[in-house]
Amino acid sequence: MTAASKQPSGAASYFRRQSASVGPARRKRLIALLALMPALVIFCAFWLLPFSRLIVMGAEADRSSGISAYLTILTHRQYLISLVTTVGISLVVSITAVAIAGVAGFFLARHRFFGKAALVAILTFPLAFPGVVVGFLVIMLGGRQGALAQTSLWLFGERWMFAYSLAGLFIGYLYFSIPRVITTVMAACDNLDKSLEEAARSLGANTWQVTKDVIVPGIAPALLSTGAICFATSMGAFGTAFTLGTRLSILPLNIYGEFTNYANFAMAAALSVVLGVITWMALSLARRLAGGNLGASV
Amino acid sequence: MSSSVSITLTQCSRTFAGGNTALQPLDLHVNAGETLVLLGPSGCGKTTTLRIISGLESPDKGGQVLFGERDVTALPIEKRDVGMVFQNYALFPNMSVADNIAYGLKIQRLPKAEIAHRLDEVTRMVDLQGFGGRRIDALSGGQKQRVALARAIAVRPKVLLFDEPLAALDAKLRDRLRIEIGQLLRELGTTAVYVTHDQDEAMALGDRIAVMQSGRIAQLGTPQEIYHRPANAFVADFIGAVNCLEVIGTRADGGLIVPGGELVATHLQGVSSVYCRPEDIQIVPLSQADIKGKVVQSIFLGQTQRLLVDTGGASPLQIEAPSRQRWPNGTGIGLTLTPRVLFHPDKPTVTGNAKEQAYG
Ligand SMILES: Nc1ncnc2c1ncn2[C@@H]1O[C@H](COP(=O)(O)OP(=O)(O)OP(=O)(O)O)[C@@H](O)[C@H]1O
Ligand SMILES: [Mg+2]
Repeated sequence: MTAASKQPSGAASYFRRQSASVGPARRKRLIALLALMPALVIFCAFWLLPFSRLIVMGAEADRSSGISAYLTILTHRQYLISLVTTVGISLVVSITAVAIAGVAGFFLARHRFFGKAALVAILTFPLAFPGVVVGFLVIMLGGRQGALAQTSLWLFGERWMFAYSLAGLFIGYLYFSIPRVITTVMAACDNLDKSLEEAARSLGANTWQVTKDVIVPGIAPALLSTGAICFATSMGAFGTAFTLGTRLSILPLNIYGEFTNYANFAMAAALSVVLGVITWMALSLARRLAGGNLGASV
Repeated sequence: MSSSVSITLTQCSRTFAGGNTALQPLDLHVNAGETLVLLGPSGCGKTTTLRIISGLESPDKGGQVLFGERDVTALPIEKRDVGMVFQNYALFPNMSVADNIAYGLKIQRLPKAEIAHRLDEVTRMVDLQGFGGRRIDALSGGQKQRVALARAIAVRPKVLLFDEPLAALDAKLRDRLRIEIGQLLRELGTTAVYVTHDQDEAMALGDRIAVMQSGRIAQLGTPQEIYHRPANAFVADFIGAVNCLEVIGTRADGGLIVPGGELVATHLQGVSSVYCRPEDIQIVPLSQADIKGKVVQSIFLGQTQRLLVDTGGASPLQIEAPSRQRWPNGTGIGLTLTPRVLFHPDKPTVTGNAKEQAYG
């Protein structure tokens, strides 16, 4: 009623009559709907329309197989392998990143030493790079002219390379996953209640038992959510994979290939939907396991 | 239950990074089975002292911590066999009540039957039967603190350490838990060190009290000694209310002239001021009064009332009076004091011996 009473007198009486006939609850709903309108329009135009089009498009017949593109993904080896590879490498990257950076983050949160701020800045620096640059860095390390190839050539007379394989991709993904985990874990450790560890120790728990019973359960939500973010990022990372070579069979490159090289829109759409759904499921699962604080820790 | 052990701190100081000295070199002996309360204002070093005893903090070089005859200075807390109770309870949120209480027993790898037996025993002691399966966040503050207490005593530690365990609870609950902790400590006979800044808690629980002031022990003694014979003005002021009467002059017969009248106190010669507690001042008819003044304010406290009486001194005297009698502001009032209740930190009391200790 306050909204109505603030109107000039003429309008006020009009509103009052209105509200008497429509009822305050319905009027409120109407106002809410009007307020939501711009958001709804944007949602429909830029999200719902293209996305439903994408889903429908994926159900159309695939160019080569002649059956629905979704079915083609599930029945054709080439696509299945690509799917499994993408999910697999993303999983391995997330787990490795959480394991390595979890320990490092805990150490950094708990110790003070000279140059700590600089070290943290350096460790989180990769976050500033786009995927292309990360791919470039991997090539400089493990490519044909890379540091590893030069060293092994000098030592053993042959070039060792890993940049253009899944190993290169793994290193690249790890490179931009670790900073995320480190920052999240450091924040989570700062929020841990130190007296819990002290209580456990007073009851005789050694370092390992304290870690297992107090620290890991305490930062588990953060580990889960940051792991899920790593997984989602790795699933969709395009720049790094593209830089390392189009021969790698992973979903983002497949989508790009089907779309630009073969104009196979149905397959591109179906792969996009599958990629999106898997990533979304991982994120929501982690959110549920972590008790709904995923948003806060990103 | 457990064979209790004495605690001896020798020359334990603690300087934090940045040169902040939290503790001056400190000597402290806690007898086996005794409850010692560390009492003092915020920042005086109570927690630091407790943490040095627990092993969470090390004394500066040269300090030594003994449990009984055993030098534990170099032992970390997990090897010291101490039970700790924290102000914020510090219960493990991912475990049930029973798992919390049994945590130390599982760490000790006791047989299942023994764990069940002890769990049963301590839950009964802290009156938490039937709560075993509860989640920690489904407990009230008082229940949480009981769980914390049960967890600490379940392992039958040699020493129990409390850091303001009741500070987060409301006054009623604090009183009740204080009584329960007191009973429990007597029952267990475990040596205990209890940190608080609440003097009532200190009086009720401590066999002895160490009053601390900026990193030193200002006085160590029984609650009675601390209250009736405070070692200095700081202790007197910190424990209960105290009146300070300036001595303006001395009569030939030894009487002390103070604002509003004079006092007889042969044991307090040559002092510039004398002290007394509000409840030791008696109200008498003006004709029999040693000191006369005017009531400037009366504060109703329920059981009693506190009168502020202006006798012409620097600050009004605080006097305790029966709560039913009315004292309108400006009423003249007569007061008397027996020599026994007057004290000065630097002088022996009428009944006591000369001070045995040199206080910081
Ligand atoms: N880790 C630390 N680093 C630096 N200074 C500290 C540290 N811990 C305590 N201090 C300082 O040491 C002094 C004593 O602290 P302590 O915690 O022992 O006080 P306290 O008597 O327990 O006070 P409170 O009643 O507020 O808990 C304080 O001045 C405090 O600032
Ligand atoms: Mg403290």
